[in-house]
Amino acid sequence: MIDVIINITLLAFLAITAVAIVRMTNIFAIVMLFGIFSFLSAGLFVVMDAVDVAFTEAAVGAGISTVLMLATIALTKEQTEKHPNSHRPWLPLATVIMTGAALVYGTFDIPAFGDPRAPAQTHVAPQYLERSMPETGIPNVVTSVLASYRGFDTLGEVVVVFTAGIAVLLLIGGRRPKTNTGKSEREENDT
Amino acid sequence: MTHNLILQVVSKTLIPLIIIFALYVQFHGDFGPGGGFQAGVILSSAIILYALVFGLDAAERVIPSTVLRILASLGVLIYSGVGIVTIFFGGNYLEYSVLGSTQISGQHLGILLVELGVGITVFTVMLIIFFAFAGRGRP
Repeated sequence: MIDVIINITLLAFLAITAVAIVRMTNIFAIVMLFGIFSFLSAGLFVVMDAVDVAFTEAAVGAGISTVLMLATIALTKEQTEKHPNSHRPWLPLATVIMTGAALVYGTFDIPAFGDPRAPAQTHVAPQYLERSMPETGIPNVVTSVLASYRGFDTLGEVVVVFTAGIAVLLLIGGRRPKTNTGKSEREENDT
Repeated sequence: MTHNLILQVVSKTLIPLIIIFALYVQFHGDFGPGGGFQAGVILSSAIILYALVFGLDAAERVIPSTVLRILASLGVLIYSGVGIVTIFFGGNYLEYSVLGSTQISGQHLGILLVELGVGITVFTVMLIIFFAFAGRGRP
């Protein structure tokens, strides 16, 4: 019972935050609301017992992403300008409502949350749950799946993170524009 | 924000706690929620907090960008290196069981090393991205 109340509260706050994000024009406030949105999602994941995912969502979504978006705003603020709102909303609105209705209709066929006969629970999940402790001795099955059974996938993920870092360095991390004076040019020469 | 005394005092007390928590998440990931990805992000948030309060130059003195680049590569190297080592021990790529005397101790060692590599790379890449973005705004 308490789970249902918490779920409804969190989902209601999620919806309110989403509407607020859409209605708002101040980018700074929108970024803050994105952080709140991520934090509420993390709360939902905790209720669904997905603590590892909740952890990541709270740390990455609410923490680092907010900081990075704020840093981006600090860089681009002068270049944002308001466009006059001239488009007609009816076609996009109809498209969104149709898609949303189709998705909601699709959820009727999804097995209930935590249903032991759901395909997700009957495929490889029982294997992992049964074999993790005798094979790896690690109580947290998420870690044993992530690092051992699916070690290749995680290696790929790490390489993706690494590639993202390299891409950012190549795009904006190197030499600064020549319009900079004094100090930064000396720094460039130092490196 | 460089001369805000309250922020400086509060963040100086918070940063060690954040770092300890990140290390806990890193090395306790086998037993509780967490692991390299989360620990790396939490650890980088400690440095980012330091950079926000004490300035970017001070943070870059703590961890120079050259060190960051080397560490980011080192994390991937540790991960993929564990795979190569398991091949030398006669197993498949990333088959940790051959690393220890028993299967379980091998798995423990392998997962610990792999998570360490993940943590180092995530930690440094987050900082690289943050420094790249924040460094552009400097006059």
